Amino acid sequence: MRRLPRSAWHAATVASVRPETSQSARIELDVDGWPGNAAGQHLDVRLTAPDGYTATRSYSIASSGPSSRVVLAVDRVPGGEVSPFLVDELRAGDQVEVNGPLGRFFIWEAPGADVSDAPNAPDAPDVSDAANASDAPDARDASRPVQLVGGGSGIVPLYAMAHAHAEAGDDTEFRLLYSVRTPEDTFFRAELAQLAVNGPGRAGGIRIDLIYTRAAPTGHERPPMRLTRDEVARLVVPAERAPRVFVCGSTGFAELVASWLLDLGHDARSIRIERFGGT
Amino acid sequence: MTEHHRTAHPAPHVDGNALAGPLAELFAFDVTDAVARCGSCGTADVVARAMVYRSAVGTVVRCPACDDVLATLVESDDRIWFSMRGMSAIEVRRR
Ligand SMILES: Cc1cc2nc3c(=O)[nH]c(=O)nc-3n(C[C@H](O)[C@H](O)[C@H](O)COP(=O)(O)OP(=O)(O)OC[C@H]3O[C@@H](n4cnc5c(N)ncnc54)[C@H](O)[C@@H]3O)c2cc1C
Ligand SMILES: [Zn+2]
Repeated sequence: MRRLPRSAWHAATVASVRPETSQSARIELDVDGWPGNAAGQHLDVRLTAPDGYTATRSYSIASSGPSSRVVLAVDRVPGGEVSPFLVDELRAGDQVEVNGPLGRFFIWEAPGADVSDAPNAPDAPDVSDAANASDAPDARDASRPVQLVGGGSGIVPLYAMAHAHAEAGDDTEFRLLYSVRTPEDTFFRAELAQLAVNGPGRAGGIRIDLIYTRAAPTGHERPPMRLTRDEVARLVVPAERAPRVFVCGSTGFAELVASWLLDLGHDARSIRIERFGGT
Repeated sequence: MTEHHRTAHPAPHVDGNALAGPLAELFAFDVTDAVARCGSCGTADVVARAMVYRSAVGTVVRCPACDDVLATLVESDDRIWFSMRGMSAIEVRRR
């Protein structure tokens, strides 16, 4: 397995902040000494008040690769301590501290992705039950379809994966099921539309299914309502095809989707979840 | 996750992914894909799949299978207090 860069605290300068949706902002940071990151990793942002009080929160990284400019998308949680500040008050030129890149579990890397300095030793044979449980990526993963399931801001790490997949021209089958309130609440709306242009049949292509829960675009056949179990059964790569599934969103959304996937026969070890908190 | 867990812990939890940052200050590696064995039920799974409950007091890490406490983490300005009392073993891949 590829050696991922070590995490550390870094000073970051805000390069830009602009509205992503009406409730969220896209924040670009120039991170001093950032070693690059894999698609799906996150970082911890630490804010320090003049009196020394600090608050730290995790944010997924929408970008991947060697660049020291990282892209975040932060949703405003009403009454929250950190997110309203990041969305409404942060300005270009401001400084924050970030710890990262973080996480080895909720990541996707293109098969045969550039192997770094580390010796690329084959994974140890799975003899102990502990090794079995770790479901470390192995060669077989390369041919398995990838299904991404996101709710709201939970798209952030999934977008990084879909983008990395397109960028690599990788021919793994990719599908994204994305639940949002309204078209205007869709994160990376233009970018996703762009990714979907390369349909599922082509290298780097992806099939995207958007689910609108409060208001749908005009002409959209499906009435706005919550994602259902039947839709998950219909739109997710079926369990028989053994997809690797990445689920991300609020804790409530992730739990619901995960319980349906298990019901539908998906192997618990093939499901990777990142819960953002909230119901 | 069952109804039982929901009522036992009303605050929405996150998962072991969120431990990557806090534990990077303690360990020389990212723990999220290390395998921890629960001392109560014996389940061995990656730390990323543990349930993490955070409050102003500190962080409680629970077994995703039996809900018992695997670890607790309390941070203050000048120290970090970490207990792994519910884990019987942890397996880390060399890399
Ligand atoms: C690994 C990881 C990655 C994350 N990535 C992102 C990301 O890319 N973009 C993003 O916007 N957020 C992300 N989050 C959530 C983020 O870390 C914060 O929890 C969120 O911004 C709220 O922080 P706050 O200080 O504003 O609210 P707090 O002051 O911490 O909480 C205020 C209230 O809101 C509730 N709450 C906490 N988190 C949420 C939530 N996510 N949704 C709804 N209610 C919540 C709390 O229970 C509390 O009642 C991620 C979380 C994790 C663990
Ligand atoms: Zn247990």
